[in-house]
Amino acid sequence: MTKKIGTGTYVFQNPVEVSAFASIVGQKEKEGPLGKYFTKYSYDEYFKQDSFEKAESFMQKEVLNDVIQKEQISPQDIDFIFAGDLLNQCAGSNFSVRDTPVQFFGLYGACSTMAEGTILAAMTIDGDFAQRAIALTSSHFCSAERQFRFPLEYGSQRTPSSQWTVTGSGCVLLSKSKNKENPHIKDCCPGVVCDMGVTDMNNMGAAMAPAAALTIRRYFDDTKTKPEAYDLIVTGDLGKEGKEMLKILLKKDGISFGKEYDDCGTMIYDCEKQDVHSGGSGCGCSASVLTAYILPNMIKKKYKEVLFITTGALMNPNTSLQGESIPGIAHLVHFSMN
Amino acid sequence: MKSEEYNELVKKVSPKSPILKDTLFAFLIGGTICTIGQLLYTIYYEVAKLSVTDAKTYVSITLILLSALLTGIGIYDKIAKIGGAGTLVPITGFANAMVSPALEFKAEGFVLGLGTKIFAIAGPVIVYGTTASVIYGIIYYFISKFTV
Amino acid sequence: MDYIKAFVIGGLFCAIGQIFIDKTKLTPAKILVGYVVAGVILSAFGIYEHIADFAGAGASVPLTGFGHTLATSVKEAVDQHGFLGAFTGGLSGTAGGITAAIVFGTAVALIFKPHKK
Repeated sequence: MTKKIGTGTYVFQNPVEVSAFASIVGQKEKEGPLGKYFTKYSYDEYFKQDSFEKAESFMQKEVLNDVIQKEQISPQDIDFIFAGDLLNQCAGSNFSVRDTPVQFFGLYGACSTMAEGTILAAMTIDGDFAQRAIALTSSHFCSAERQFRFPLEYGSQRTPSSQWTVTGSGCVLLSKSKNKENPHIKDCCPGVVCDMGVTDMNNMGAAMAPAAALTIRRYFDDTKTKPEAYDLIVTGDLGKEGKEMLKILLKKDGISFGKEYDDCGTMIYDCEKQDVHSGGSGCGCSASVLTAYILPNMIKKKYKEVLFITTGALMNPNTSLQGESIPGIAHLVHFSMN
Repeated sequence: MKSEEYNELVKKVSPKSPILKDTLFAFLIGGTICTIGQLLYTIYYEVAKLSVTDAKTYVSITLILLSALLTGIGIYDKIAKIGGAGTLVPITGFANAMVSPALEFKAEGFVLGLGTKIFAIAGPVIVYGTTASVIYGIIYYFISKFTV
Repeated sequence: MDYIKAFVIGGLFCAIGQIFIDKTKLTPAKILVGYVVAGVILSAFGIYEHIADFAGAGASVPLTGFGHTLATSVKEAVDQHGFLGAFTGGLSGTAGGITAAIVFGTAVALIFKPHKK
């Protein structure tokens, strides 16, 4: 039987269980509105390592080990790891898994990587290629700044629409369904690259919003559902402006979001008090909010049906200098407690 | 929706920089840095009795030293967040643009990290400033030669 | 009086830069390049000399002043050494500032570590 419905929403034959998850964040995230949910954190931006790149890999290693411990398994019991980050050549992930003997797929989906990895991991399980698979991502403010923007000590003003890269990492372990008390992935909708010609690197929310709108519209059409059917619809890191743009775009298609809609980028920081302008961004933003806030609250029955849509801006610093616009992508995962 | 239409919409939704406040702070902080420069000049020229050119050069060197130190202890970027162009345009901004990448890319080694990246932001200033001065020098040479 | 002049004129140079930052998509590096080249040009036409005489450090501390130093030293060098001066003048005149930035930059980088924001 085919699992594909409509334009490209995939319904799993056997919903895939989220059997363990873990998160870690830095100081600014711990001091944000979701602070009490982040149980693992460090106020040292180096995480006791000697470079920011090593710090980022360290965060990934920590959450990976946490998940393995929580599930009381050994690395040999995991079939695949799907991991990615923002560093060149996905270095953060490559280095975090080098001591873990598990088959590894490195992903680059910019800030959309958490849902991308989760979709692929779930597909390998429902396709009977794996018993257990892991999705893992991270981002680090300092390593992202030095790669995409300016040195940390360089004096510059951020434009009001700019976003703040989250220092954090999140990991989920997916497995064949055993425990009905855990959240399950029922279906998913992989994204299509969408470029509306936005060239401003300081306004990535606006560059990614059309991709998010496209995926969300396709999903509602394919599943014939409406936003009201979900307790929480959360985008990855559109920020304040991206959120506005998404609502405007969806309204044109007759979809209107109510209180159930939010964005990880605006949830993780207090934009005014913490002076992060438009909100948080980075792979670690959606990953840490998913694993520290959304999934635990599903287990506590606060949320039953959740749409998790991570959004990525797929440029690099060179293409932007060459005047290219920023292609966006958005992947959707449907978590359910039923 | 077309790309132009979307970009128009983005412009409408995106917040504008608070230009009046930014410009005022740039004026105040930039003006202050220049006043410190003037104070230093008075010291070097009137108290230390240096020549005009030497005093001016010492003013630049002193400001660059101060900026380098403030960058090293992590304060210059905090002033710049408020001051904007007020910390960018003075010679201290040029120094910050050299010191900050040197500091940042030390992690990649002293030669290929610090040594190459030190010019990453301020390099173009030297490149185009020098080129412009050479062009002016050549033009000036021919004008003075053929008009005498 | 000299201090007030330096404050006002220096402040104005910075305020103009801020308008460029807020109103255009120019990156800081492009604005700095623009200031230096503008300084060379204004100096070549003899305009910057007047601003410098009036404002003192208010004209020499902004990067336009760096351009002014490049231009005046090229001019002096051409007067003294002829054609060769076009190549030697600029950097000789600004050597103090550039060398200071290189040396202090390296020294500071050796001592300190980057801080988080």
